[in-house]
Amino acid sequence: MKTVLEARNIDKYFTKPVEYHVLKDISFTLPEGQFTSIIGKSGSGKSTLLYILSTMDTAYEGSLYLKDKLITGSSHKHLARLRNEYIGFVFQFHYLLLEFSVLDNVMLPALKLGLKSDEEIRHDAMEKLRMLHIDKLADKKASRISGGEKQRVAIARALINNPAILMGDEPTGNLDSYNSENVFQIFKQLREEEGLSLLVVTHDEDFARRTDRILEMEDGRIIQGT
Amino acid sequence: MKQWPLILSIARTHLLTKMKSTITAALGVTFGIGAYITLVSFMTGLNGMLDDLILNQTPHIHLYNEVQPSEVQPINRYALFNSDLLQIRSVKPRKGQLKIHNAPPILKNLKSREDVVGVTPQVRAQIFYLSGALNLGGVLVGMDILEEERISNLGDYIVQGSAQALANSDNGVILGIGLAEKMSLGMGDRVQVSTPGGAVFPLRIVGIYQSGLADIDNTQSLTTVQNAQRIMGEASNYITDIHIKLADVREAPAMARQLQAQYKVQARDIQDANAQFETGTTIRNLITYAVSITLLIVAGFGIYNILNMLIYEKMNDIAILKATGFSGLDVQNIFMSQALLIGLIGGLSGLLLGFGLSHLIDSLPFETEALPTIDTFPVNHNPMYYLIGITFALLSTFIAGYLPSAKARKIDPVQIIRGN
Repeated sequence: MKTVLEARNIDKYFTKPVEYHVLKDISFTLPEGQFTSIIGKSGSGKSTLLYILSTMDTAYEGSLYLKDKLITGSSHKHLARLRNEYIGFVFQFHYLLLEFSVLDNVMLPALKLGLKSDEEIRHDAMEKLRMLHIDKLADKKASRISGGEKQRVAIARALINNPAILMGDEPTGNLDSYNSENVFQIFKQLREEEGLSLLVVTHDEDFARRTDRILEMEDGRIIQGT
Repeated sequence: MKQWPLILSIARTHLLTKMKSTITAALGVTFGIGAYITLVSFMTGLNGMLDDLILNQTPHIHLYNEVQPSEVQPINRYALFNSDLLQIRSVKPRKGQLKIHNAPPILKNLKSREDVVGVTPQVRAQIFYLSGALNLGGVLVGMDILEEERISNLGDYIVQGSAQALANSDNGVILGIGLAEKMSLGMGDRVQVSTPGGAVFPLRIVGIYQSGLADIDNTQSLTTVQNAQRIMGEASNYITDIHIKLADVREAPAMARQLQAQYKVQARDIQDANAQFETGTTIRNLITYAVSITLLIVAGFGIYNILNMLIYEKMNDIAILKATGFSGLDVQNIFMSQALLIGLIGGLSGLLLGFGLSHLIDSLPFETEALPTIDTFPVNHNPMYYLIGITFALLSTFIAGYLPSAKARKIDPVQIIRGN
């Protein structure tokens, strides 16, 4: 089975306010098509790990492979391109561009990638919105929709470039149980129907228990799941 | 690049949703550029008018003979006194002719030169205007009036009558307006002039001119070369002054030196004669630019502030853009293009404002005794200033936008996202 993401001997230190060894020698692989969750107490380093894996945080030691290619040490420009093409990201807070329409928000990463015509991108974006049952909202401003809807728009945006992996940092952390369940079902459906790899950091143990694999972290180490 | 439409559309959305700040920032540029255009058009218009007033009445090169003492006195030639210190008191000017020696061939030669646009001979004569019991001292200038009108703007200053009327009459005169008023004379009247030798000639007034310089208007009148020669009792080769207009005024000093050596006459060039005017022009330009640049710097700080605020408000957007694959440079370009759009819009409306204001000034009445040809404020509508204006606008907004947008480029998305 192919691997999507591999971490080898990742170490990370915080230097402010005092030096602190936050991630200790972390190694694991994520195979294609797996729904993985990372759980752990606050301060266990799970979010820090996720941002390193997302390529946004580059201040770490060790090496990171995306689709079997070393990406540690690449330029910021190259990393931005990789994120754009291969990594979809869903945050705890919905982080839409509030002045833009829902459709524009979903289209932006694909427009940035620039592989398809505007028409094709618009069509793809409508497809993703339809899949998540929010195609009615396409022309609304992102500031005018509800929290649950925003998170679904964010998922549609994360999917627009058909990424290799979808990452989530507490994607349900800010949603009520109805919307949380909704998001979980969407993730599950993506994994089953599209074979998408997913990596989700969560506090929600019920959520984690229903994923394929759980990585449990404590004090900067993975204590269970590798 | 394929990314620019995307970056510009994001920039446009940001600007449109922050309409108030956008307009405030753009207005700063608008007023800066508008004031620059208005100031520079008006100032250079004034400069041009003053130049016209003085410089265009001055030939590029003026050839004449000057009364001066001999440099070598007879005693210097006497070998016996060679070793002595010679002291001559009360040296008198050498008696010589005021006419330019060999003037007709000089004129012919100058006319054949390619860098010369026009050459006119003049006969200047000291005369008296007779008005009843009164003798008014003055100058009668005989000139080839039609040629003079062609190469200078003399025609503008003839307020009554015309140069053609003088050329057509054989005893006509164009009187300075000051003289005409003093002697209560008008068009068609006769005036009597007398030479220092006492000969009296009647002349008919075919025109009145007003140069704007009282000294000239009160003493000088114009007639034909032949007339002046006749009054002076001189032959037709009697020419006291030659006026030369060059194709390129900057060649005047060099050519003046050359002519002085070649023809053994005094040659004075326009820059020599009017050095102080150049200085005045330079200083007025300096003031114009100092004021304009100050205005633009103020506008630049406005843009800097507004962009800084905008970037602070848009931290989340910046983090999102970066998380979804926009590079730092893309983000910087988004904010740079906002700055430049503000500069472009503000600059263009500034040009319009300046255009409107300078045309308004141009239409305001400005009448003065000194300037018969001018009835509104002088304004110079040079398209070059509009080009400089828009360049200024873009440059200042570029600089004002650079620092905040460079900050946006460096924003760490993880800090923003996790900090929430």
